[in-house]
Formats: sequence, structure tokens, C-alpha cells
Amino acid sequence: MSMNRRQFLKLASASTILGVGAASVINNISKGSLEAAQIHPDPRALKGKRWGFVVDVSKLTTEEDYQKCMNACHDIHNVPSNPNPRHEVKWIWKDTYEHTFPNTAEDKIMNKELQEKNFLLFCNHCAQPACVRVCPTKATFKRESDGVVMQDMHRCIGCRFCMAACPFGARSFNYTDPRPNIKVENKEFPTRMIGVVEKCTACYERLAIGQQPACAEASNGAIVFGDLEDPNSEVRKLISEKYTIRRKPELGTQPSIYYVIGGGEHA
Amino acid sequence: MLEKALSGSNRYWAWIFFLLAVIGVGCLAYMKQLNEGLGITGLSRDVSWGLYIGQFTFLVGVAASAVMLVIPYYLHDFKKFGKIVILGEFLAVSAVIMCVLFIMADMGQPMRVANILLHPTPGSIVFWDVVVLNGYLLLNLIIGWTTLGADRKGVRPPDWVKPLIYLSIPWAVSIHTVTAFLYAGIPGRHFWLTAVMAARFLASAFAGGPALLILLALLVRKFSKFDPGTEAIQAIGKIVTYAMFANVFLLGLEFFTAFYSNIPGHMHPFHYLYAGIDGHTKLVPLMWLSSILAVVALAILVFPHLRRNENILAFACVALFSSLWIDKGFGLIIGGFVPNMFEGITEYWPTMLETLITMGVWAIGFLLLTVLYKVAIAVREDDTAVEH
Repeated sequence: MSMNRRQFLKLASASTILGVGAASVINNISKGSLEAAQIHPDPRALKGKRWGFVVDVSKLTTEEDYQKCMNACHDIHNVPSNPNPRHEVKWIWKDTYEHTFPNTAEDKIMNKELQEKNFLLFCNHCAQPACVRVCPTKATFKRESDGVVMQDMHRCIGCRFCMAACPFGARSFNYTDPRPNIKVENKEFPTRMIGVVEKCTACYERLAIGQQPACAEASNGAIVFGDLEDPNSEVRKLISEKYTIRRKPELGTQPSIYYVIGGGEHA
Repeated sequence: MLEKALSGSNRYWAWIFFLLAVIGVGCLAYMKQLNEGLGITGLSRDVSWGLYIGQFTFLVGVAASAVMLVIPYYLHDFKKFGKIVILGEFLAVSAVIMCVLFIMADMGQPMRVANILLHPTPGSIVFWDVVVLNGYLLLNLIIGWTTLGADRKGVRPPDWVKPLIYLSIPWAVSIHTVTAFLYAGIPGRHFWLTAVMAARFLASAFAGGPALLILLALLVRKFSKFDPGTEAIQAIGKIVTYAMFANVFLLGLEFFTAFYSNIPGHMHPFHYLYAGIDGHTKLVPLMWLSSILAVVALAILVFPHLRRNENILAFACVALFSSLWIDKGFGLIIGGFVPNMFEGITEYWPTMLETLITMGVWAIGFLLLTVLYKVAIAVREDDTAVEH
């Protein structure tokens, strides 16, 4: 078989393209998951096997209590304040009891105080996250080391499957350019571009340098953060001492936020 | 063979340029979406999929329906479908390409869509949907083009096509099953979390797709010298009738489970779609229109002597296709999002720009379909010229 230079180059380039493409696909499948990892962990970094939260709503009494937690998060993470509620981006927010626990909404004779109580809601960092299962690019993934459900805003293609899958409405999509809606930009944290999904990432950037999540720090003890796998952690103590509930546990996602309702003499 | 699409009557060119104009407007609207984001659509954080994903879902069904011609012709040697089967395959090709375009239109970051292949995630149903849809597109292109090419030369199709044709049968079922799995495996969306979702998708596909094919076959006969065959059209009419009954039956099952169990989360989407909740009634007229059209179509199709009249058959097919388009291309998606995860109501309605983009994609599909059909018809017209 004879081959001139032109044919050789054609064949060589075609096989290179095919080879490299196939190799990268096979490599990535065999490696299972690609996980962003830090090269030199900070010695101060908080270590846990499965981070979780206990939110004691009896300690949240005034509007200011809620605002402090929400602002602490939204300010440092450059969360835009989109004026259009349909395009709202939020990592942590407050909502009523019957919205937080919608399967109880049929109860017409429940405790008035509870009915009017507001809850703080954010990503549940589920142990079996539905959003991670459906993501076609691993842009959202569960960090194996500590169970944080991460969001890679640079890999996200904006298909919004995770928003359909999350039973807790914890995910926001940038329907418009978020940058003009950031009042004061925190240069320490990236801003996002149009067309990607974002959400609470349990302040991974703060955990890495030994700090508590911003909402917990600002909450005056209403939000306690800790390792759910560690029987001696503060969160585990609270869970063993008090009656706690989780949102939609029947769906099997194993949410990692436990709510203490508290208050009332019989509680 | 493609050169056959380059010669046509004035009417042919007028139609082509009309489609190009609609595509042009759609492209302009899409440029705006690309620059400003999906905020130009009616979508929201509560209803995060809408018209685009609805059209995608509906068109996967249209694509899958080609199998309703392939099975009788190739597995049961039903010769009457010999001439029409190519129309089904080329319809599948156009429909899959529209599916891909609707997915692209829905992406927040379309430039990054290759990430699906760069970071393949077999646990994600989207990954499998990309695989099966592209595979199905290739299968139908290869099969359709090869059999038509053989036909033009007056020879039998090469033997290697046969295994591909057999493969295309389960493959057609797979594309719509995988598409149903996009929805049916999501915890917390009661409207979608149903085991009969894939079955219902297939039933509605095998009704809606062939109904469209009947209309296309009638148009082909009207505007060209190629006759797909009266008996073939009648046989497809029978398929449409059975499949539509199966679809309505499966929808009935959904109603029974939701309302007899009396579980609020299961009933709410049906309440929203068919009655409205707390004055939110945007979809109610549409859903009832869909139901009425389905009943009208079935009332006609169930009587053989009525559907033997091709004008009445065409009317029934238009009614049936419209009914399914509303039900699957719109209601099915929105019903999954309303009420939202907090039992609150955010309504959705497509914007003008969103509608123009949608029409642009449909126009691209029709342009492809026109060109492919033009080629197929030209080959078939030559055939008849040789025979006589």
C-alpha cells in the first residue's frame, strides 16, 4: 500500500483525534468521579465525615435574627439580589412552617404559634442527594471526605436538572447576569456568570481555614454546625437530647439539617 | 441524491423561503437569549423547565413512532408499508434533530454542552439520553439513506442494513423510555413519579407520531405524484386508534391512583392542571381543550367507516395530534413543577421570544423534513416512471 504525505497526515490526524477523544472518555468513566481537591490542606481546616446542621428555631425570635444569618451568607458569597422574585437567587432564606414541611399543610387545627413561625432554609447537603444523581456533568457532586454537596459553577451547563430533582428548592439559576445585582462585591469569593446553577456549599472555603459556616457564626447559637458521624459532636448531642425533624425524610435523600422546634411548655 | 432537493416548483421554493424566514426570526430571538440569558423566557426558579423541554419530550415520541412502520414492514412483512416506511424514518431524523436543538435552546451555558461527553456520568439519565438519541439519529439516517439509494438504482438494499433495521426497533423504544426516566425517577415530583410514565410516553408517541405521518402522507400525495398508498394510510389509522386508547387508559390510571388514594401531593398537580388552584388557572382551558380534542378524535377513529373517509381521518389526526401536543408538550412538564416544592404556586407562560425560538426550531425541523421528503419523493417518482 502506498501513501503520499497528504494521505498520511490525514490518517494521522484523524486517528489522533479519535484516539484522544476515546481515551479521555474511557479514562473519565474508569476514574469514576473527578473531584476538586486542595493540594496543601490548611492545618486549621475543620475535619468531619458528614457535616450537618441543627437549626433551633426557638432561638430565632426577631426578624433581625433571621436577617443576620441570611446577610452573613449572601454578603460573603456575592449572592445577587435579583429584584424579580421569579429569578431570585438565594442560598439561605426563611419560610413558614407549612411551606417548610408541606406534608403538614393539610392540618387546619395545628398550634397557631408554630403555624406562624418562620424557618431558615438552605441546602440540606443530603447523604443521598438527588441533585448529584441527575447531574450530567458532575458539576454538582458530593465531596467524599466530608459529605458537602458541592457546586462547580464553571462546569455547570445550566440544564437545571438538579433544580427539578432537589425536593427542597435549594437551588437557584442565574436567569439574568448576576453581577449588576451584587451590591458590594467580596473579592475573596468568585462571582457567577449568566446561565449557571448555584446554591449553599456549606461555606467550604471557610471550613478549609478552620472557620464555621457564616450562617452558624452569625446565628447566636440558633444554627449549630458539626459532624453527624461523630457521636461526641455538639450536633449529635443536640439531636439526642431534643426532638428534631427533617424536611421530607420520606424521600430517602437523608437531609443533614435537623430542626428543633422547641418553645412551649410541653415541647 | 441530495441534488434532487435543489429543483422544485415555485410553490416548493416559496415554502422553503418561508421556513428560512421563520428560522431567521428564531435565530435573532435566540441571539437575544444567548446574550441576556434564559430570563427572557417565562421560566422561573419554581418552573425551571417549560416550552423547550416540553417540545423536546414530545418530539422524542414523534421520532420513536417510526418503529410503528418498521415493525409491520420488516418483522411481519406487511408489504403495504413498503413505500411509506421511508417517510417514517426521515420524520424520525427531523424529529431527533429538533430534540437536540430544543435541548440546546434550553441550556444556560450551551457552549459548555460538550461537558456531558468530557465528563461522562453514567449515573445521570441525561448521559444515556444523549447516547440513545444520537444513536437513533445515526441509525435512521443510515437506514433511510441506504434503502432509498438502493431503491433509486433499482436494486435490493445491501444485506448489512438488515441488522441495523432490527436494531432500530428496540432502539426506538429505548429513546422514549430513557426520556421518560428523566422524569419518572425524581423524588418529590409527585406528578412525574409514576411507573407508567414510560408506558404512557410510548402509547402517546405511537398515537401522535403516526397521526402526523398520516397527515404528511396525505400532503405528499396531494403535492406530488408519489402515492404512499391508501391501504398503508388506513393501516396507520388503525395503529393510531389503538395507541390513543392505550394512552387515554394510562392517563385514567393516573387519575385513579391520585384521587382514590386521596394523597394531597398526588392530587395537587391534577387540580392545578384541570381545575386551577386558588385562582391560578392559566393551564385549565388548554388542558380541557386537550381532553375534548382527544375525545373527539377517538369518537371518530373508533368507527372504521368514519376513518375510511380520508378527510374525516385527517380531521381526527389533527385533533389527536393537537391534543397530545398540549398534554405532553406542555401540561406534562408544567404539572411537574406546579405546585412547587413548598406547595406554593408560581405559574408559567411562554414569552413571545421563547415562542419565536420554539417556532424557529420547528421550522428547522420542517425544512429538514421537506428536503428529505423531496429527495424520497423524487426517487419514488422516478420509480413509477420506470415501471410504466
